[in-house]
Amino acid sequence: MAEPVLQISNLVKSFGALRATDDVTLDLYPGEIHALIGPNGAGKSTLIHQICGTHAPNSGTIRFMGEDITQLGVAARARKGLGRTFQISSIAPEFSALRNVMLAVQARQGSSFRFFKPVRSDKSLTEPAMAALERVGLASRATLPVAELSHGERRQLEIAIALALGSRAFLLDEPMAGMGPEGSRALTSFLADLKQEAPILLVEHDMDAVFALADRISVLVYGKIIATGSVEDIRRDPAVRTAYLGDHD
Amino acid sequence: MTAALAIEQLLNGLQLGVMLFLMAAGLTLIFGVMGLINLAHGSLYMVGAFACAAVASLTGSFWLGLIASLAAAAAAGAIIEVLVIRRLYSRDHLDQVLATFALILMFSEGTRWVFGSFPLYLNIPSSLQGAVSLPGGAQYPAYRLAVIAAGGLIALGLAALITRTRLGIRIRAGENDREMIGALGVDIRTLYTVVFALGAALAGFAGALVGALQSVQVGMGEPVLILAFVVIVIGGIGSIKGAFLAALLVGVVDTMGRFLLPHLLATVLPPSEAGTIGGSASSMLIYIMMAFILAFRPRGLFAA
Amino acid sequence: MISREWTVNAALALALLAAAIAAEAAGQVFYITLATRIAILGLAATGLNLALGLGGLVSFGHAVFFGIGGYAAGILGSHAFSGDPMIFGLEGSNSMPLIWLVAALAAAVAGVVIGVISIRTSGVYFIMITLAFAQMLYYFAISWPAYGGEDGLSIFVRNAFPGVNTMKPLSFFLICFGALMAGIAILAVLRGSRFGSALDVVRQNEVRAAAVGINPFPVKLTAFVLSAMITAVAGALYADLNRFVSPSMMSWHMSGELIVLIILGGTGRLFGPMAGAALFVLIEHNLGELTERWQFFLGLILLVTVLFARGGVLGFLAGKVRHG
Repeated sequence: MAEPVLQISNLVKSFGALRATDDVTLDLYPGEIHALIGPNGAGKSTLIHQICGTHAPNSGTIRFMGEDITQLGVAARARKGLGRTFQISSIAPEFSALRNVMLAVQARQGSSFRFFKPVRSDKSLTEPAMAALERVGLASRATLPVAELSHGERRQLEIAIALALGSRAFLLDEPMAGMGPEGSRALTSFLADLKQEAPILLVEHDMDAVFALADRISVLVYGKIIATGSVEDIRRDPAVRTAYLGDHD
Repeated sequence: MTAALAIEQLLNGLQLGVMLFLMAAGLTLIFGVMGLINLAHGSLYMVGAFACAAVASLTGSFWLGLIASLAAAAAAGAIIEVLVIRRLYSRDHLDQVLATFALILMFSEGTRWVFGSFPLYLNIPSSLQGAVSLPGGAQYPAYRLAVIAAGGLIALGLAALITRTRLGIRIRAGENDREMIGALGVDIRTLYTVVFALGAALAGFAGALVGALQSVQVGMGEPVLILAFVVIVIGGIGSIKGAFLAALLVGVVDTMGRFLLPHLLATVLPPSEAGTIGGSASSMLIYIMMAFILAFRPRGLFAA
Repeated sequence: MISREWTVNAALALALLAAAIAAEAAGQVFYITLATRIAILGLAATGLNLALGLGGLVSFGHAVFFGIGGYAAGILGSHAFSGDPMIFGLEGSNSMPLIWLVAALAAAVAGVVIGVISIRTSGVYFIMITLAFAQMLYYFAISWPAYGGEDGLSIFVRNAFPGVNTMKPLSFFLICFGALMAGIAILAVLRGSRFGSALDVVRQNEVRAAAVGINPFPVKLTAFVLSAMITAVAGALYADLNRFVSPSMMSWHMSGELIVLIILGGTGRLFGPMAGAALFVLIEHNLGELTERWQFFLGLILLVTVLFARGGVLGFLAGKVRHG
């Protein structure tokens, strides 16, 4: 099997007496969607925060593309290609969709300290940004301020930003949240394509989407991974049924 | 340099420290509960001093003046809270800075309007005139000792208020979770006005006490305000305990620095240069201390 | 298409220029001085606008950079006048371009030191820490007797600019006006550049900026230092205008006023600081003639602007801010 793109080993994070992340080991291979599910309060957000670098773990390591990134900051991880979308859409609200994506292109090129050339007419920024917006189906809305986009469109914009960053792995935090049925269907088929480009670690509450998309599922309960396996394995796993699926359905 | 002189300076430092605490306690409480940065806190200090001086000269009683300072500052605080400040809680810090900066201009000019441009003088009450002999033979003004004691008592009282009383519980609830005090059935608007007036009263009280040591004049609150900012930044914004310890630290370091640095430098430099450089360096000392503390603890010593 | 905002901007700039020229024609030197004050304060606030308006860094200590610029002009100029060498045997100079360079570099050094410590914090801490650092240098200026201490330092002859007689009020105004326009142009270019985009996103959403790979700290620090440099050049001009520099240029009132200028003019606008400076100087002059208590009314106007009219002058004249 190929090397994992993202490899999380024995990660521990405690807040006082609470072990929010309890010896978590998780990996993500090229071409797959690995879904992370778990009841509310299971520690999914805490885990995401450690993967993208906003929280430091107490112990354990995170390797990305074979490199130990446990000590790197958020911005450095993003530049290495760890693309993240947010649970609560938090894009630069005063900018247009296009300028939001242009920023990601700019960050990817590593060139925020250029002081003279105007960005509006800079084709090396606008063209890749438009291409990313086209891929997610937002090209016609490119010049609108983000504040005027619908909830679902902001989700698409988040993904366009992650695309423009040239991400080598996507960390999607509840991309389906707040989407209508039609939007969810469209996004599901888009993500099925997207995984060919870079693997996806998908945190999602929408079980239909998870079961439709995931190649593997890990179940997080009270900070521990209680099971990892294929959709069928997880459906059958008795521990998962009692701990999670049982009281969810 | 004698031990007696050093003790005197140390007590002066403590006296400055407790006064800074009275200012800083209100600032940090208002920030902790309402999330508001109030530049006009120094104006409330000035209001207290003017009220005390005016009432003391009318009635001849410093003590009535002191009561007036509490009442006037609390009333001024409550009025500006209702008219202006409560519109600012939901605004960003920039708006808060500007609006309270505007209040300073209005308070300063308004005070000049009422009392004129000349400083007022406030006499130390006769019962506290004279000096007290300290162990070691030093003489220290009784009034200053009383100020230190009053400040210390107020600090204790404030600690008891916050930890023991119903108002204190509400204040702490407000610091932790604004929705929770609503759930407790507390009228938040009234609570905010009360907290603001309490902070104002502490500032006014400090102004009155210091007014008897210096002259009472427009602008007297501003240097104290900035020192109080240094105090709450060092102590950790929102922390009363941090404010208390940082106030004493700033008071003592500032006073002792001004006293000791020229002496220390005089051992290596000619006297005139030692005086000049020591004077300049000691005026910067607490800011340098602040920079050092922040370099290691960006949110202060006792950040909430 | 020329937008309404740019029409208003051009009209404001031309009005200031025209006012000074008309005052010269009418022999009213005092009004040229007022116009010069507007230009200089406008430039100082334009510098602050880079940190505050574009970067969201509410520096309450920018007067310190204004004062550093003022002392650069005063110290270099007084040594050139007396012929005494400065520290390390360096010669003084009365050449404005050299003074501006020294002012900007000195402010850059101070800006890096202050910025590195204060930008690690945010929100209300940042406001108070910048204020405290400014206060520190203010007290230093007061207690350091070599250049006048609390009494300040007089500049006996206004510093010189190649090919211009700076003692003529209109000539000096034109230098200041040119500097203001250059400052605004610098901000316009920065705002449209990659750096400006990065700074803008850091202001709007710092977490997001980091998530796309833009590290906020160096972006903010750079903006803070550039901002300090522009404000320092304005400080040098201000010292030359008054032919006097004193610690009061560094006082926290001055820091507050610089923020006030931006808000009066309208936040997030290129010409906001200039419009604010014009309004401020006019209020000061006209109210000052009507009543001794003009500061009370200035406070009232400011309070009403903050509470009810956040758009400032340009919000009134040119409509809401538009972003692309």
